[in-house]
Amino acid sequence: MVTDTKESRQEPEQGAPANGQPQSAIQRYLKNLRSVPRSFRDSLIRHGRPTSDRAASQAVFTNFFLHIMPTRIHRYSMRIRATWGLGIITLVLFLLLTATGIPLMIYYKPSIDQAYDSMKEIHYIVPTGRFVRNIHRWGAHAMVAMVMLHMARAFYTAAYKGARQFNWVVGMLLFVLTLALSFTGYLLPWDQLAFWAVTIGSEIAQSPRELTDALGITDWCDIGGFQKRLLLGANQVGQEALIRFYLLHVMVLPLMTAVLLGVHFWRIRKDGGLTRPAYTDALPATGSSGANGSANALESSPAMRPSRTYGLMAVVRGKTPAVDRAMANTVPTYPGALYAIAALTMLTLAAMLALGYYYDAPLKEMANPAVPENPAKAPWYFLGLQELVSYSAFMGGVGIPAIVVLGLMCVPYLDRDEEDVGIWFGGSLGKWICLLTAIVTAVVVIGMLIFTVQYGWLRSWFPGIPQIVITLVNPGTVLLVVFMAWSLGITKATNSTRMGALAVFTCFLIAFVILTYFATVHRGPNWDFYWSQDQWPTH
Amino acid sequence: MSNDLQQSERFQAPKERRDFLGLAALWSAAVALGVATLGAMRLPMPSVFPESNSRVKLGPLPSFLASSMTPIPEHRLWIYADKAGLYAISAICTHLGCIVTNGGEKGFHCPCHGSRFDVQGQVTQGPAPKPLMYLQLRVSPDGQLVVDKQAEVGADVRLKV
Ligand code: HEM
Ligand code: FES
Repeated sequence: MVTDTKESRQEPEQGAPANGQPQSAIQRYLKNLRSVPRSFRDSLIRHGRPTSDRAASQAVFTNFFLHIMPTRIHRYSMRIRATWGLGIITLVLFLLLTATGIPLMIYYKPSIDQAYDSMKEIHYIVPTGRFVRNIHRWGAHAMVAMVMLHMARAFYTAAYKGARQFNWVVGMLLFVLTLALSFTGYLLPWDQLAFWAVTIGSEIAQSPRELTDALGITDWCDIGGFQKRLLLGANQVGQEALIRFYLLHVMVLPLMTAVLLGVHFWRIRKDGGLTRPAYTDALPATGSSGANGSANALESSPAMRPSRTYGLMAVVRGKTPAVDRAMANTVPTYPGALYAIAALTMLTLAAMLALGYYYDAPLKEMANPAVPENPAKAPWYFLGLQELVSYSAFMGGVGIPAIVVLGLMCVPYLDRDEEDVGIWFGGSLGKWICLLTAIVTAVVVIGMLIFTVQYGWLRSWFPGIPQIVITLVNPGTVLLVVFMAWSLGITKATNSTRMGALAVFTCFLIAFVILTYFATVHRGPNWDFYWSQDQWPTH
Repeated sequence: MSNDLQQSERFQAPKERRDFLGLAALWSAAVALGVATLGAMRLPMPSVFPESNSRVKLGPLPSFLASSMTPIPEHRLWIYADKAGLYAISAICTHLGCIVTNGGEKGFHCPCHGSRFDVQGQVTQGPAPKPLMYLQLRVSPDGQLVVDKQAEVGADVRLKV
């Protein structure tokens, strides 16, 4: 069985005499009937058992779902520290969210009168409804967290350089889409969280008025009002808004994400596989790689000589995968990488099932347009923004996020030295820079928070101050300027754009973490400062 | 393999004359697609907004004169009466649209991002860019108080009674 190939398993040719006797059509028919399961399997899996390198490759590239993977993967990329599996985990979560989202759609009704009741129905009546809903909710939280970690991994290993510049941009779009998916998702239940999130979200879309009002041009150039009305389909939050967000959540955003994911994965292959340090290609190929013999032996085997795919690649100039570097230090994707992916999938699913089993997704009171909750807090990943928005609606909600996202998108085009690609934190100097930056950021951000809580901001000192001054100069923008100055300083001091990039990313990351923590723990009713929730006034 | 390719026809960069035609074709296609997209984008923006009337009758006029402040939670506003007449202050925070609480003498508080307003609705603290809205009041022919939730008036305007 081990050596059997497709040919040897095939039935005798039609009409050919088996054991000398000509067969009648009925006999052939019966024989075929008996072998239906086997011939079906053979038509489904068109290669023998993957016992050779060639068959292992075939197992990958003749399979529709697997052929997105290369047939061989660099040994370095298989190490945990190369990716921490974060991209795969994010992908698994995306698929899990799709798989749990579709059943939820069976019962969910996107109507402001029925949405809340249909959530209650899913939660209390529908068989397994609560479980599926819980998994969907926790999966969404996890996906946001994992996409951020994955992004940090890509940044700190300089995976955005060289051929990978564009894939970083695709990644940033995926990041924005992930946040948009979560946002549009948690407002579907039409509970208090949902209603006030849509209200605040659409007002943020309208906040460019802070600028246009100051310039006195709102009457004929009302970008803010336009955005809000486009989002809500009305002047107020209501049925039109719900149906729009529903459409975005279940169709538009998932489709865009799926397409961009396709591009993302395609680019990884076309960009030469995952990032790895330059030295890994110079390593002498060892004989012990993979279960199926060394990469060296493989190169000398005529069967594995690059055939068509590589032949075409040879015509194209430029950085294409492994044309000149051949296959030293690679291992077959089958089965190693597939096992790794399966393991990550199982881990992720297990974690989500456990969360969904033990913890119920929140459902607040029914939407009440007359009274917001106090405090009305967004989910954790938007709390940092909520803190910034509490300084200036436009800057916190539009200006600073846009600058951060566009700035990060530009990083690959500004920082292009390629010497430390694939090296975590860019080596020992980079590690120090990141540590130093983290400490400086923590001190500056915490200092700024203490200052604003203690002394307030411009309006507390100069009550008549024009709004435009506060829009431009507020704790958020001051922090942004400090971060820019710091990373420019680092760039200058180290004479390296990579160090500057590491500094600015670390600034954003640490500031995000601190602001999120601060808004989660230390903000209470009326967005006042409290040491802990025990001190909140009771009412 | 590469030899074969060299002998057979390889991709040739177009001659410049053709290039012009190529560019013209490309750009007209792009413009056509762009215009079509813009046209399609027009759809999500309604030309008539499905609003309930922004003017609402609140009740017979005298009932608002009895106390100095009458809350109207379902329309998110307060009606005030002073010596000069009646006025209405909207409860919608000018920051991001939450509903402020009325602390009487202590002014107004917004729960969402901590904006504070004094009794006149002027911002004293927090991120709100503008004072609370004063809304237009009228008396309907049948003697009821009518508020227009979308018409802003100056803070000194009073409905004389
Ligand atoms: C929907 C969200 C996303 C999914 C499902 C996803 C998935 C993946 C996967 C499976 C990989 C393979 C390597 C790995 O597992 O780390 C990868 C690589 C990569 N991702 Fe993402 N990703 C997402 C979002 C992002 C974001 C937000 C960024 C950054 C802005 C990003 C940037 C990259 C880059 C630069 C690579 C190449 C890494 C390398 O060559 O080492 N991705 N992604
Ligand atoms: S909505 Fe009132 S302070 Fe933000």
